[in-house]
Amino acid sequence: MRALVSAVYLFLYAPIALVVLFSFNAGRNASEFTGFSTQWYGKALSNGFLTDALINSLIIAFTSATLAAVFGTMAALGMERLSPRARAVFDGLFAAAIVVPGVVIGIATLVALVEVFAFINPVLASLWPGERPPKIGLGYGSIIAAHGLFSMALVTMIVKARISSLGRDIVEASGDLYATPLTTFRQIVLPQILPSILAGFLLAFTFSFDDFIVAFFVAGSKTTLPMYVFASIRRGVTPEINAIATLVLVASLVMIVVARVLMRERKAKTAATE
Amino acid sequence: MTSASVNDIEFRSVTKRYGAVTAVTDINLAVPKGAFVALLGPSGCGKTTCLRMIGGFEQPSEGEVQIGGAAMAGIPPYRRPVNMVFQHYALFPHFDVEANVAYGLKQMRPKIEAAEISRRVGAALEMVRLGGFGKRRIHEMSGGQQQRVALARALVNKPKVLLLDEPLAALDKKLRTAMQIELQTLQRELGITFVLVTHDQEEALSMSDKVCVMSAGRIVQFASPQEVYDRPANIFVADFVGKTNRLSGTLENGNAVRLSSGALMPVRDTLLAPGTALTLAVRPEAIRLAKAAEAAGGIAGTVTHRIFLGSSVEYSVAVSGLGDLLVTAERQSLAADGLAEPGDPVRLVFDPSGAHVFPA
Repeated sequence: MRALVSAVYLFLYAPIALVVLFSFNAGRNASEFTGFSTQWYGKALSNGFLTDALINSLIIAFTSATLAAVFGTMAALGMERLSPRARAVFDGLFAAAIVVPGVVIGIATLVALVEVFAFINPVLASLWPGERPPKIGLGYGSIIAAHGLFSMALVTMIVKARISSLGRDIVEASGDLYATPLTTFRQIVLPQILPSILAGFLLAFTFSFDDFIVAFFVAGSKTTLPMYVFASIRRGVTPEINAIATLVLVASLVMIVVARVLMRERKAKTAATE
Repeated sequence: MTSASVNDIEFRSVTKRYGAVTAVTDINLAVPKGAFVALLGPSGCGKTTCLRMIGGFEQPSEGEVQIGGAAMAGIPPYRRPVNMVFQHYALFPHFDVEANVAYGLKQMRPKIEAAEISRRVGAALEMVRLGGFGKRRIHEMSGGQQQRVALARALVNKPKVLLLDEPLAALDKKLRTAMQIELQTLQRELGITFVLVTHDQEEALSMSDKVCVMSAGRIVQFASPQEVYDRPANIFVADFVGKTNRLSGTLENGNAVRLSSGALMPVRDTLLAPGTALTLAVRPEAIRLAKAAEAAGGIAGTVTHRIFLGSSVEYSVAVSGLGDLLVTAERQSLAADGLAEPGDPVRLVFDPSGAHVFPA
């Protein structure tokens, strides 16, 4: 039994450990460690295609996570006011959005977007006064939309859990003490749910930054970092790829750990008050 | 409109429904200025709904609630001159004690100067004996202290009416008694109208100067604590307020009842017709316990249990045909002949003034 467990963990983590190890390889060969060096990190960061992809990924992840945090929080707050039955329906829909496979989201979003563009572009062309009407196509917007929608479900779930532990009575107490609903939101509700919103933002960011499948379908001519890695791997695994992978790994881990801490700290504090 | 200046709160034919469920039905209630009123009743009787309608958290389905003579229909909680102490205090966990107490003052328009706010917050904390605790975090305070912060947070705004929703339910017995006295003193000193919701009849009787007993969404009796205890409006009040023995019988003539066991029991004069079926509520302290050998008259029974309460003793006495009766005896009155033991044969002598008669 113990051997089995060890084998499972070995299978899970040994490849990752190897990637990290070989990112520091002095030699070019991916199967033989010849000495310690950070040259591949330097090479990776001076590769124009790679930095373009990295910047694309950062812009998409930041924008989609911000949108998801804002709209996900709004959805979570709105759902508080629904009747129990309606809330159960929306809960189910959000949970479903999270478990739908990336491939399905990718294809579905692509089909939907292409249909919408096919409808909008002629309308736009007929309304446009100038010579060359703008054409809406796949790109930043479509990846941000696809990631943002998925992440919004994630943020909603996290923020909703926090709101439900908040209790109705401190909101009522604020109203009782002459605070308008807006003041109550700013002074009482927002400070208490802010850590969970941030946690949601970080998870959304991580998801978008790491996502390959959905981006692959809807990216159009844009390349994100995971797409670049996938494309370059066809030309063989280089230590440069290992260096990128290590950077992404570290960044993702940091964000997930921070998100967990933000979610947990709040729980500990609430427990202490009760 | 003289009544408007006298009553701080008035319910006029107020009914509240939640869908098909009616929480309170046709409530008419006038709380005079400066009164300490307790809304008393078992859970689900509508007392909290009434309190929440005063606070503005619920709107009546029918009728009208007035505060200080002004109709409150459609007015949200943040524009009502009342403050509430919530059952679980509802303190803001991300603020310290001072910021909690200052919250209401900071919302007031025109703005109050910061120095004035801090002076009034300090005074309010002194008033609840929490001077020097201003910088504490809420989760560092004990339950009793949190309770007092909640009180200061409400009273610092000098509301017309203070609403208290089972404020002592979460405290242990000793702290509860201390807070009862403290609340009463505060109320007298400040002269603010207090409306207290409680299911604890002892609390209602000891603190308020008027008790509003509610059952199934209606007011059953609205009177002083003494009156509610001594002259309950019906068998429900007699049962709910204080301890009571319930007996049934038939009226023989104006002042005697033939009990279901066949024994005859004296009662106060009643206007009911002889032969009426009755329910009697007899307070345990209105029954005197006598040694079987000594007393003439009374009803024979056997002591089954004895509960020693310190200053008094409670006996459970089995009487054939009537079941177990509860009898309370002051300890002093027993000093001469000592306590009765379980198994002792005794005679029960009824005091007619402690028996309440209701048509069955």
